[in-house]
Amino acid sequence: MNDRQELNRNLAQMLKGGVIMDVTTPEQAKIAEAAGACAVMALERIPADIRAAGGVSRMSDPAMIKGIQAAVSIPVMAKCRIGHIAEARILEAIEIDYIDESEVLSPADDTRHIDKTKFAVPFVCGARDLGEALRRIGEGATMIRTKGEPGTGDVVQAVRHMRKMQGEIRRVVSLREDELYEAAKELAAPLDLVKFVHANGKLPVVNFAAGGVATPADAALMMELGAEGVFVGSGIFKSGDPAKRAAAIVQAVTNWQDAKLLAKLSENLGPAMVGINAEEIETIMEERGK
Amino acid sequence: MKVGVLSVQGAFAEMEAYWRRHGAETFEIRQLADLERGMDLLALPGGESTVQGKLLKDLGLFEPLKERIDGGLPVFAVCAGLILLAEKIDDPGSRDGTRPSQWFGVLPVTVKRNAYGRQLGSFTTVGTWDGHPNTPMTFIRAPAITAVQPEVEILSTFNGQPTSVRYRNITASTWHPEL
Repeated sequence: MNDRQELNRNLAQMLKGGVIMDVTTPEQAKIAEAAGACAVMALERIPADIRAAGGVSRMSDPAMIKGIQAAVSIPVMAKCRIGHIAEARILEAIEIDYIDESEVLSPADDTRHIDKTKFAVPFVCGARDLGEALRRIGEGATMIRTKGEPGTGDVVQAVRHMRKMQGEIRRVVSLREDELYEAAKELAAPLDLVKFVHANGKLPVVNFAAGGVATPADAALMMELGAEGVFVGSGIFKSGDPAKRAAAIVQAVTNWQDAKLLAKLSENLGPAMVGINAEEIETIMEERGK
Repeated sequence: MKVGVLSVQGAFAEMEAYWRRHGAETFEIRQLADLERGMDLLALPGGESTVQGKLLKDLGLFEPLKERIDGGLPVFAVCAGLILLAEKIDDPGSRDGTRPSQWFGVLPVTVKRNAYGRQLGSFTTVGTWDGHPNTPMTFIRAPAITAVQPEVEILSTFNGQPTSVRYRNITASTWHPEL
């Protein structure tokens, strides 16, 4: 691992215990920052609208991303398509703070991800299980998030992915050292990273929850299951009172163990995003890029 | 020694590990009730200062912590923590180039946020800290100290600019000794 990757892992450590919010305009970015977002994800359409519109979904217009960079002092992230090396280079050229190589956009390469070790800018990638997370980290990702099922407002997939990943981590910890070679084969993951998990009981990078988080209770649930912070996509700006809901989710992530506070935070937030049940949808984004 | 680590957002786990490595007992400060445990030192970790500052006020932690800091409780702050303590924030848009801090404002220095640029400007270096040569220093989207009052002691510098300081009960740095 080079110095750059160490620095990029360090930035993710600074985001821990925080909420990263999807925004589409400088105005939304300011609302998110004022509500306590630790970073914003700049994109032209939030996942719920990408899902509704259909068609090919690509990297956002750099001018739009720059507008958001100018509006806030917190880190700004943006998405590129899976395997789209050129989109990633463009985002690096405009000095984005973190690139999300994301299944929410249409994949540019259906088998390979970007070799992220070749970039100075950090990457976050989605993962549904431990093997997927370690493959992405092997490629140079310095932060991991669950995939969830973006744009649905249904937290069921994020829960499934986080539980699976944490369960597999516990299993790897319980193995004898001479069993790690077979475990690496089963997980289809780099051996050195499997050894790290065995020795430390966690991923070598920060692990956030993403996909379907719509309420303070959803955020607290994901923290309970081992997330180190949450991404909230469509859940905020598709709801009735975005500023209030955003601030409530931020507090819920800090004090996820305090049910009395969560009850107060959950009061009178206005309508949550309507959402769709993850099983009712046709385009399964989490299947993109394994 | 008992260290209370502000744990509303950021790299508080790393800060706790740092103090435990130095033989201290640590606990997390997430809400008002946590302050009842009492502490010999308050540690303010890295993270996003805007988020930490907002949560300090939303959770009612701001006033009680300010009282303790004003009362002489030793404070150890890095990065975002330093921003929360600074008296003035560098703000090119304002009349004299600075604005008073809306946070603790107890450390007589001026701080410029994200002074080295975005994440691509983050870096590591090695320098002398408080007489200790070869101290590794990690700067993550770090602030810079652009002005200090004469009574502030400078403990380390980078390119001639102070990067950590001591003043009365406060020790603070723009880089991360805990990483």
